Amino acid sequence: MIKNISNLGDAALYCDFGGEVNKEINTEVIKYFKSIKEENIPGINNLTPSYNKLIISFDLKKTDYKNLKKIIENFDINTYEDLKSKKVEIPICCDESLGLDIKRLEKILNTDREKIYENFFKINFFCYMTGFIAGMPFLGDLDINMRVKRLETPRVKVPKGSVGITEQFANIYTFESPGGWNIIGNTPLSIFDKTKETDPNLINPGDTVVFKNITKDQFQNYNE
Amino acid sequence: MNKNYFQIIRGGINTTFQDQGRKNLYHIGIPFSGAMDKRNYLIANKLVGNNFDAPIIEFAYQGPLLKYFGKKINIAISGDVNFKINKNSNEINGKCYQSIVLENGDELDIISTNKSVYGYLAIGAQLKLKYQWSSCSINTKANIGANDGRKLEKNQEIEISKINEHLINKKLDYLNSKIEKIRVIKGTNFDYFSEEGKKIFFEKEFTVSKLSDRMGMRLEGSKIENIVDTNIKSEGLIKGVIQVPADGNPIIMLSDHGTIGGYPKIGVVISADYDKLVQLTPGSKIKFKEVNLTSAENLFRLYELETQNLISQI
Repeated sequence: MIKNISNLGDAALYCDFGGEVNKEINTEVIKYFKSIKEENIPGINNLTPSYNKLIISFDLKKTDYKNLKKIIENFDINTYEDLKSKKVEIPICCDESLGLDIKRLEKILNTDREKIYENFFKINFFCYMTGFIAGMPFLGDLDINMRVKRLETPRVKVPKGSVGITEQFANIYTFESPGGWNIIGNTPLSIFDKTKETDPNLINPGDTVVFKNITKDQFQNYNE
Repeated sequence: MNKNYFQIIRGGINTTFQDQGRKNLYHIGIPFSGAMDKRNYLIANKLVGNNFDAPIIEFAYQGPLLKYFGKKINIAISGDVNFKINKNSNEINGKCYQSIVLENGDELDIISTNKSVYGYLAIGAQLKLKYQWSSCSINTKANIGANDGRKLEKNQEIEISKINEHLINKKLDYLNSKIEKIRVIKGTNFDYFSEEGKKIFFEKEFTVSKLSDRMGMRLEGSKIENIVDTNIKSEGLIKGVIQVPADGNPIIMLSDHGTIGGYPKIGVVISADYDKLVQLTPGSKIKFKEVNLTSAENLFRLYELETQNLISQI
């Protein structure tokens, strides 16, 4: 449930679902997001679901905060049997030339790479949200003993396809971008396809994601 | 010869096609984009008889040098822009805010913007452009929009599919004014900052950094100290949000911003001040002033009314 609605500037609603990050709260956010989106409420420009917040930005020429707040407060969300989520398998290559930070992680986590990857590949990840850059999925949750901070100095260029970890999350860089996550591998799969206007993202909020280890040879000869 | 087109001789610093931007895509990570200075975008389009959502050429600091080939065509330039038209061997100083007729072989040299960042070139025609999610707006970070999402470069052509039926001759008396006080509403993490930090935010002057582009405007000045946490759980952003990372220097989100961010939000620039904010050049000094939501809404209505008045004078 939404705990509180406030204004973010003069053209957005800030819907707060609480401070915690877990699947239950995030599933609530996604349900609100999907229901409001399906309703096509006049004046709404964008909906941004995240771990535990939903930001609704609007066209101030067509509606305003007070009016939209009333609509959202009285909004009945659809009952979804499930979120029509799917399971996606992402092949990644963990060769050291692609797992840019694995050496560092061995030191920080005080373990060897075999253990790190074994742990990573057994997780059924949940997609909390997508964004920052187009199509980037935020996936959780890593085991407690796998959690590390961001790089102190972010990379200016993280290669396309890089798979990174930070805190309880994993992500995938859908195209070359600056970034500070710890890179452990790279996928040859296209995660964001700008030519598909209806569904450009391979992974959407609510989806389950598992990673599969592939060899450098398979990586280089990968054919979608 | 029925082909009408502009040949790009010099691309300029950051020359892109823009329109009103694209909606309903934040949730997949695609920002709004669109013309940075909406008022000047609308005015330029009206001056050549285009629809209000027509594509326009936006340039920053130094604009393009274009050579025109084809039948007579209207163009107009808005903003505070220094440009020339070379007709045969005559050089004519260009004037902003009026419709101009270009003929076959004319050159349009957009030399620079004066004390501002963005200028606009409207072409009285339909351009041959690729649309993505109902917008041609170029987002060079994600390579989305017309021209494969890349800025315009020399040797390219701007192809015209249909010149507007009537040539027009319009003019507007308008002077861009520079903004010094940016009005803001307190952000959702305002209380993350120390009393001293909050005071600095509203009382001290900030300088616009060179590291500013269509994604964001970085500011430099006294550091704003965070006493709660220098990160928040990542959440949605909108344009105008002012984030303060651990280094204490504010960053204002602009039209091509990342859709999700994890830095505390100290404030949000009001909608009425956005067009003028984006025109602040690196080195400009600015101060923030707090307003409440009702004032912000009223100021926006006033600003919109003023824009409509200007457009109706054309």
